[in-house]
Amino acid sequence: MQEFGRSGAVALGLVTGLDSDLLAIVALSLQVSLSAVAMAALIGLPLGAAAAVGRFPGRRPLIVLLNAFMGLPPVVVGLVIYLLLSRAGPLGHLGILFTPAAMILAQTVLIVPIIAALSRQVIEDAWVEYGEQLRSLGSGPARSGFTLLWDTRFSLLTVILAGLGRASAEVGAVMIVGGNIDGVTRVMTTTIALETSKGDLPLALALGIVLITLVFALNASAYLIKEAVQRRHG
Amino acid sequence: MLPLVLESVTFEVAGRRIIDRVDATFTHGTRTVILGPNGAGKSVLLRLCHGLLIPSEGAVRWGRGDDSIARQAMVFQRPVLLRRSALRNLTHALALRRVPRRERLARARAALDTVGLASVAERSARVLSGGEQQRLALARARAVEPAVLFLDEPTANLDPAASREVESVIQDIHEAGTKIIMTTHNLGQARRLGDEVLFLARGRLVERAGIDDFFRHPSSSEAVAFIRGELPWH
Ligand SMILES: Nc1ncnc2c1ncn2[C@@H]1O[C@H](COP(=O)(O)OP(=O)(O)O)[C@@H](O)[C@H]1O
Ligand SMILES: [Mg+2]
Repeated sequence: MQEFGRSGAVALGLVTGLDSDLLAIVALSLQVSLSAVAMAALIGLPLGAAAAVGRFPGRRPLIVLLNAFMGLPPVVVGLVIYLLLSRAGPLGHLGILFTPAAMILAQTVLIVPIIAALSRQVIEDAWVEYGEQLRSLGSGPARSGFTLLWDTRFSLLTVILAGLGRASAEVGAVMIVGGNIDGVTRVMTTTIALETSKGDLPLALALGIVLITLVFALNASAYLIKEAVQRRHG
Repeated sequence: MLPLVLESVTFEVAGRRIIDRVDATFTHGTRTVILGPNGAGKSVLLRLCHGLLIPSEGAVRWGRGDDSIARQAMVFQRPVLLRRSALRNLTHALALRRVPRRERLARARAALDTVGLASVAERSARVLSGGEQQRLALARARAVEPAVLFLDEPTANLDPAASREVESVIQDIHEAGTKIIMTTHNLGQARRLGDEVLFLARGRLVERAGIDDFFRHPSSSEAVAFIRGELPWH
């Protein structure tokens, strides 16, 4: 218990002191995870909509695949991206291994299936309700998919937050492709892992507290905004 | 595009015959009311006519000209409205019918006006009352100026005052030249709105007659019982 008390003090000190190393780590964590979520949403939402309302060969295998890939182990994703980006790999010429870009790429791959699979479920449920009406209005599958994306936007916000939660919590993928380089690719989760292994438990715990607080604040504000807007739109 | 001709239309689900060899012709100018007890197959028959369901046997044929769903509209028992403003629900429908962008707003406002919803144009459709939602669904159907309008128990969930408002809008749409084909199990409504009656029981077209004839001299025992209110509602 003492450990927690001490870490709390350390955390408070770090945060209130606006420790510049800490700020850099937090900023990079946010930058990586928010960018990954944005990219994953751009890919995953249309993919989910297509899987929900589209009628194309391979739709069922796609859904099974997306559902299965929701649970991709981050270290495995990290390893695959590492191999792709390493100098000898097919994407080696990009030269982005051990940069934030690689971390964004890895997290994007990690959460595209989450956003696609969850949004597929949301949109398919809506399709049951809207399908006949949209067909009656003359809306084709592609158009209907976008209409439903917009109409389920409040539920999809929750889906995106699930992706953000996954991205900001994972350590395996960013550790492997980022390399945890001080001042370059060090994010909160990798720092926690490193400080724990070095035995600096108060600092590790302090970072953990900051991480959880940030995730909580992001979710809470998204939830409050969603509630307020939803009340107006029904 | 009229007449609409049903040739021995049959619809089966899992070996169960829901519509059984229905032959009928729908012509321009008359308001056709499809009557019958719950479960008779009225809603399924409307969906077959509208093209939302495909007959297992037989055929649904349209007369000369454009027979696409674009010249038809349907108002469902429970209106399905998009999570956007009343006005935007109408412009969405108009966009799907390829109405030029610059005409959409004016036409949408005009349609809202005709159903008495001008004052809630900017309100989200999902927060309107049941009667307002049904009138909005009617305005949407009317805005696209269909040759044929299908209505499935359009007042089933409404109180008497709201029902009367909806009925008067249906009358307006008829007077504007749109062919009305509607189902109801409300005899009073059938008398008020119908020119001719198709009486359906257990998936079969049991009787077809002018509205007065139907009520004065029903020729089938099912219709006699239905008018007397004796037919079991299952
Ligand atoms: N999609 C469907 N699949 C299976 N059965 C259906 C379907 N739609 C309707 N039915 C059945 O068909 C019968 C007629 O339904 P319906 O047309 O809704 O009756 P009505 O509108 O006259 O009350 C009912 O027994 C109903 O259970
Ligand atoms: Mg029905």
